[in-house]
Parts: sequence; C-alpha cells; structure tokens
Amino acid sequence: MNKDINIKVNGEQYTLSVDIRKSLLDVIRYDLGLTGTKEGCSVGECGACAVIIDGQTFDSCVYLAVWADGKAVRTVESLQVDGKFSNMQKSFIENGAVQCGICTPGFLMSATEMEESGESFTKDDIKRALSGHLCRCTGYTKIVEATEKGLKHSCSCDNN
Amino acid sequence: MFDIKGYYEASSIEDAVKHLSENENTKIIAGGTDVLIKVREGKLAGISLLGISRAGLDTVTIDDDGTIHIGSACSFTKVEKNEIIKKNIPYLGEAVGTIGGPQVRNVATLGGNVCNGATSADSASTLFCLNAKLKIESVRETKIVEIKDFYLGPSWTILKEDELLTDIIIEKQNYDGYRGKYQKFAQRNAMDIATIGCAVMAKTVNGVFEDVKIACGVAAPTPVRCFEAEEFIKGKAANLENITAAAELTLGNTKARDSWRGSKAFREHLVVELAKRGMAQLSGLELE
Repeated sequence: MNKDINIKVNGEQYTLSVDIRKSLLDVIRYDLGLTGTKEGCSVGECGACAVIIDGQTFDSCVYLAVWADGKAVRTVESLQVDGKFSNMQKSFIENGAVQCGICTPGFLMSATEMEESGESFTKDDIKRALSGHLCRCTGYTKIVEATEKGLKHSCSCDNN
Repeated sequence: MFDIKGYYEASSIEDAVKHLSENENTKIIAGGTDVLIKVREGKLAGISLLGISRAGLDTVTIDDDGTIHIGSACSFTKVEKNEIIKKNIPYLGEAVGTIGGPQVRNVATLGGNVCNGATSADSASTLFCLNAKLKIESVRETKIVEIKDFYLGPSWTILKEDELLTDIIIEKQNYDGYRGKYQKFAQRNAMDIATIGCAVMAKTVNGVFEDVKIACGVAAPTPVRCFEAEEFIKGKAANLENITAAAELTLGNTKARDSWRGSKAFREHLVVELAKRGMAQLSGLELE
C-alpha cells in the first residue's frame, strides 16, 4: 500500500509515493540516496539515524515515512553549505570527536538542534541532550567537548 | 520495512474511533517507540495501524477550576516543557524527562506510556499519586476511569480493541499544595528502563505531614500505591524516625519479583530507600 506524501528534505520539496511500511530512514537512504544518515540499532536506541524534523531531532528508524508528510526534514548533508563545513562540524573535527564515524551524523544533528535553538547549555545539559546517542569509540568526552566548543563558536579552524 | 498490513491516519477523535469500530485487529500507534519495536520483533507482525498523531490529541489545557487536561498524544518533550505542567505539577515533567533519550521523548507520548500497560512506565507512578483520571472513547460510549482501575497486569489494561484513550485528567485537589518527586533507579542515566521507579507527593504544614502519596513502578505487576505507608505517616511529624518507619511499610503493598535487571531483594531495598529519600527531600530533611 502506497501513500503520497509531500516532504521537504534539506530544503528541497519532494512529492513521493511511499510504501506505508517504510521508515523515514528507508526513504532518506534508499529513495533519496542520502546515505549520510546511518542505520545502527534500528530500534531507536543508538541515535545514529537521527534527523531534524521541524526543528526537533527524531530517530528516523522508528519514524514512519508517512508521518513526515507536510514536514521539513534535515539530514547531515544539509550541514555542509557550498562545500564548507558548519561550525559544529568543524568543532567535531578539530576536537577529535570523530573516530569510526557511524554515530557522528546523529550526534551532529542533536548538536545542531542545540546550536540553532539559541538556548544556553551547561555541560550537564549537553550530556543530557546527547544522551540519546551511543558511541562505541570515543568514550563521549571529546564529543561533549566538541559540542560545548561548537556552541560557544570557539572553534578556531575555518578551513575545510 | 515494517511488517504492517495497513496504515490509516485519523484526522480527529471521531474519525479514529469510527475506524477502530469498523476494523478488527487494528493497533493504535502514537509515537511508535513501543509499537514499531514490537512489529520489528515480529510480535505484532501483519497488524494494521491507526495513527493518532494528527487527531488533535496533543494539547495541554487547564480549566477554570484548575483541572488539567493532557491530550493522550502529547509527547514527553511537550509535557516536560509545557508551562501549565511546569507551574502546577513539575514533578510529572521531571518523571517523563527520565524516559529514553531526547529523540525518543520528542515522539513518544504520555498516552502511549499509559496504554502500553507496563509497570515500568516512568509516568505511571506519578499519575497514580495524582489520582489521574483517563477519558476513554469509543463509538459505543465515552467513559472516565481512575488510573488505579486501568491496569490489570503486565502489558494488560482494561482498554478494549475499539477504545481510544483521549485525555489524561488531573484534578486540582490532587496537586494543590503538594510537592512531588520522582526517582528512577536504573543501570544507566538515559535510554534505560527503571529497576524501580518511585513517586512521592507530600503536603507538609509546620513540619507535619498533612498528606503523603507514594507510588512505585516495577515493584509489582502493575504500578502500585503504597497505602499502608501513606496511612502511617499522615499527621505525623516529618522526622527521620517516622519517615524510616513509613518507608518500611511500603513493602506491604508491593510484590516485587526477580528479573535480570534486579533481584526481588534488591528491588525491595530500593523501594524502601527511594520512598524514604523522597519523603525526606520533600520535607527538607537531610539524610546522613
């Protein structure tokens, strides 16, 4: 069974006839070919598949594609504009927050949601806001530091 | 892909209950953080789903008489950030703020937490303390039941196949003048299910407990109120001796079990300790 949906993905409007059995992750990766969003646990525990929908992060693996009808979705691909990394991406690179990289797109989306909210975050707030993501490489310290510095816009590197 | 046969998205409560009455083997899906997992595990394979996220059930309102209405499809994030809840029952927001992680809380709903029927539902013990009432609608009738009568056993509630929980109602008399606290003991601080959850609400006047309400999750097959402890402490001075004695009595109403998450003995130790800490904190007592 298919259903027509209108979704905006990374600023581009799509009208898609999607199988109702598909998750938003399936549509993003396999229909739109945006493979930056990763599939980790498939049950909403690891956060690798997190995307921003209308300003809030969601795990796209446990989000039916039909729910995105009429909504604006942003994936990690949206962060790089004109070939330039975003402030938060630079901070992740500069602070060594990336190792194998599978969890990174998800962490970046939550960190970006925080950055764009305009609110201020303590270190504990950052840890809580990132608590829906699992990383098996870094031990989290560098990710939390990178997010903290990214939120303060104190990343020094401005090259790619 | 999820193994589901059909998906219908309700545009209103009337649309939802009509669809439920006309279609057997239909499961209501709100945020999907439980339902989609079960579908994936094969437990609900081949089911038809009724989506209610666009049925207008995601508002929090307060009546002139102070009655708070929380729409069943309100996400935990919405409950936690809502001004009415922050002002009147902040401890409910804190309780739902312990669930999963941010992405889960952005989509999972209060109604889903209740209807799932789990004793570990982090919202349930606070809702038990608040004597929450649940509005259940179907094409046959609209009824209001007390939350204590809603749960029948593990993952088992009174909700029938054609019924929809629409509103969680909290009356002023059940929160006015109370302070509250929810404590979750789990193996990690996020993305975990409680080993024991304990909600305490207290009204103190001049160092005396005028009223205390204690409810625990995972301490029995359903969330339970600890009435023996509550009766004991009512009217007594808020001191360590009374609080300790009351906390011991919580076990009169619990029925903890062994599981891989924790033994019965450990769970009982937690119930007593968390009830004690909750009462101490709400009455400003320092525990050594």
